Amino acid sequence: MSEQTPVPQATTSPADEHRRVESVEGAPRGSAFGRFMSSSAGRNVGLVVALLVLCVVGAATTGQLFVDVDNAMTILRYASVIGVVAIGMTFVVTGGGFDLSVGAIVALASIWSTTVATQTMAQDFHWIVMVFTAIAVGAGCGLVNGVLIAYGKMAPFIATLAMMAAARGLAEMISDKRTQLVDVQGFGDFFSGDFLGLPVLVWIFAVVCAVAWVLLNRTTFGRRTIAVGGNATAARLAGIAVNRHTVLLYVLVGVACGIAAVMLTARTSTGSAQHGLLYELDAIAMVVIGGTLLGGGRGTIVGTIFGVLIFSTLTNVFTLNNLDTSTQAVAKGAIIVIAVLLQQRVAARSDTS
Amino acid sequence: MTAETILQMSDIVKTFPGVRALDGVDLDVRKGEVHCLLGQNGAGKSTLIKVLSGAHQPDSGTITWQGERVRLNTPMAAMNQGIATIYQELDLVDGLSVAENIYLGHELAAAGFSRHGDTERAAGRLLERLGHPEISPQQEVGKLPAAGQQIVSMARALSHDVQLIVMDEPSAVLDQEEVGRLFSVIRDLTADDIAVIYISHRLEEIREIGDRVTVLKDGRTVATGLSAPDTPTSELIREMTGRDVEYAFPERGMTAEDAPVVLDVAGLSSPGDFTDVDLRVRRGEIVGLAGLVGSGRSEILETIYGARKAGSGSVTVDGRRIRPGSVAAAVNAGVGLCPEERKTQGLLLDEAIYRNVSLATLGRFARGGFLRRGDERAQAEQHVRALDVRPADVERTAGTLSGGNQQKIVLARWLLRECRVLLLDEPTRGVDVGARSELYALVRRLADEGVAVVLVSSEIPEVLGLADRVLVLSEGHVVHEGQADDIDEHQVLDLVMEGSAA
Ligand SMILES: Nc1ncnc2c1ncn2[C@@H]1O[C@H](COP(=O)(O)OP(=O)(O)OP(=O)(O)O)[C@@H](O)[C@H]1O
Ligand SMILES: [Mg+2]
Repeated sequence: MSEQTPVPQATTSPADEHRRVESVEGAPRGSAFGRFMSSSAGRNVGLVVALLVLCVVGAATTGQLFVDVDNAMTILRYASVIGVVAIGMTFVVTGGGFDLSVGAIVALASIWSTTVATQTMAQDFHWIVMVFTAIAVGAGCGLVNGVLIAYGKMAPFIATLAMMAAARGLAEMISDKRTQLVDVQGFGDFFSGDFLGLPVLVWIFAVVCAVAWVLLNRTTFGRRTIAVGGNATAARLAGIAVNRHTVLLYVLVGVACGIAAVMLTARTSTGSAQHGLLYELDAIAMVVIGGTLLGGGRGTIVGTIFGVLIFSTLTNVFTLNNLDTSTQAVAKGAIIVIAVLLQQRVAARSDTS
Repeated sequence: MTAETILQMSDIVKTFPGVRALDGVDLDVRKGEVHCLLGQNGAGKSTLIKVLSGAHQPDSGTITWQGERVRLNTPMAAMNQGIATIYQELDLVDGLSVAENIYLGHELAAAGFSRHGDTERAAGRLLERLGHPEISPQQEVGKLPAAGQQIVSMARALSHDVQLIVMDEPSAVLDQEEVGRLFSVIRDLTADDIAVIYISHRLEEIREIGDRVTVLKDGRTVATGLSAPDTPTSELIREMTGRDVEYAFPERGMTAEDAPVVLDVAGLSSPGDFTDVDLRVRRGEIVGLAGLVGSGRSEILETIYGARKAGSGSVTVDGRRIRPGSVAAAVNAGVGLCPEERKTQGLLLDEAIYRNVSLATLGRFARGGFLRRGDERAQAEQHVRALDVRPADVERTAGTLSGGNQQKIVLARWLLRECRVLLLDEPTRGVDVGARSELYALVRRLADEGVAVVLVSSEIPEVLGLADRVLVLSEGHVVHEGQADDIDEHQVLDLVMEGSAA
């Protein structure tokens, strides 16, 4: 699958260009290897290598614990849930936005849907109702975010920060801070089951990825997303309804959170106001590691998928090595910085070679 | 006085991936002269001066500055040698004040604390020297009009101890009056023995201000040391294009008196920008708006297009009133706007050319939301070819094109759209002579096909030559309306001046 991110990007502004030229021209001129590494395929190769290195490290430090089918499935199940969120995030970031409220929305959607399930108590309650509830809640939160940002002219950072606080608060109120057990007939069976040897959760993630790839690379929606993120004024003057599109992007990430909430509820058999804690940071890190440009105008679904896998594997290796969460957090922070620095190097090289 | 050579660039080569932008260029500049660089879009002018300003490193070739071979590794190195550059695309920091921009990078400071008062006084003196004491050093640069920003760039250049100032198409954002002022500044500079390299696509300017001309074509020097005032236009054009180009406006069509009015603007006002503008454009007609920068021309177009809210008045297309303040409504009614600022309002610099061209027409290439990219690319390619964009590779990113070629991309977008009403704001800014006549012919052809065109240009001859009818604007008022044939450049200028004096 080749990604449709336009190859080496051009300069963003003349001032920018000079600055960059200044810093890089001294470096050796782009070798064939350098050029390849900076093409979109090359960037993905870099991610593959990173993933492989991680696996080697995992195998070397924990041996049989890591190299194990069950462990692989654990990684994949974890990756699938946050992966869906990261895919949604890819769109918002490509469109020049930002969403800090994804984790909170996941929590609220999970609580809301489990509450619906426990309160109805009806014999013929079908789990599909939970799915719809979660997605509707996610979409609703996204709608509020989008309207505040597009029409209320709020900075995405502020609007979604407010939503982050409010949604988790609401989740705590609804649940009375109690974890809600899910015991709906068929729900667990369906989502925790396997299909063709792979967990259903993984299949869901795969489908979301495929749909997202097509959406970003093959449809007018995707093209407009890139345009809005790349140059909002130009997009508006080209007749694109920028505000409406922005709202749609936040609704889309909200829907992704709804789906993730269902998956998480199924994976843990509970609804909880503590679900999705720090998802926003992990998701943004995955998106950025994958090569999507913070600030908008360029996005890659394939990159995000690698970002998700790398980050999830990393977490797994850390856990297997019994690193406590604080150490993990520090290590993750460092890795994000390194990944982004590496990427900028590669991108800069392609600009001036 | 036989002026000594101050700068000698020999056999400069610079390649970008897939393009040989400079392929052995020679340039020599004498002390105190205005040396003009001419060449078609993409000929390599901007690249050459970026090499000179230290922004690009040449692959090979030598630069001799004041008798010594130099290497200019960074813009700072060039500055320190006394070479200052005003780039084609202004590179000021919008959020900073005028004074802060002028001294950016070499702030007047004592022990790390910037000396605010001194900076502002020094900036004020520079602006005065440039004949613009009305620009306040404290003002935020982003709020200045383009011409004002140009002056700030110039002041920034002068804030260094310079021997040579390079100006890449400085007049593109100026109107005639301001170009006049720019020229008097240039004359002052050369009187002080400062040399100027001047790039422009307007041959009249080169005649007026230039001493000698060097012509570039496809990254090579094809002529050098030509006399700027005396070389015949036809010869300059032949050197640039390698062929004889007729530099003329296309025949006007006959717009029938009873042709239906397509665009009808009545009593349009926007407080502070323009008042009570009436404008009717018939099918097949080109109506030009002439006036100074700041006379409200661009604002009128943007208001018609719904990108700005009108205070009062109405816009009607084909007899149907369009909802004010809505771009979507205007676009649906068949209105297209080719905006003035290609970088900020027009282009996705990181995106492929064909994607830039198809941006306003995505719906046409989509079935059920899915893009048919083959179609999209083919049609974009057709228009890119028609406008002679170089290189004509639609997969390239827009940001790697030369300035004039970027302008053509924005134009191609609206040609592809096939509008009922086409609003053109400075369509030829930065476009070379050859492509200009092609562009004029194209606009006329569109009109003949029934499109109603509104044309805004700072070049009065262009408005008078291309349009059927002209409206002259001054400070937001229409001061004259009539057939383009019945008025000449001087009358237009008089009207503009009178209006602003009144
Ligand atoms: N950063 C870049 N990457 C790739 N190609 C480039 C880059 N900058 C310039 N070019 C190419 O180099 C050639 C010369 O461009 P340049 O900007 O010097 O032209 P120019 O003479 O200034 O034209 P114009 O009159 O349109 O401003 C063009 O073909 C352009 O596409
Ligand atoms: Mg140029």
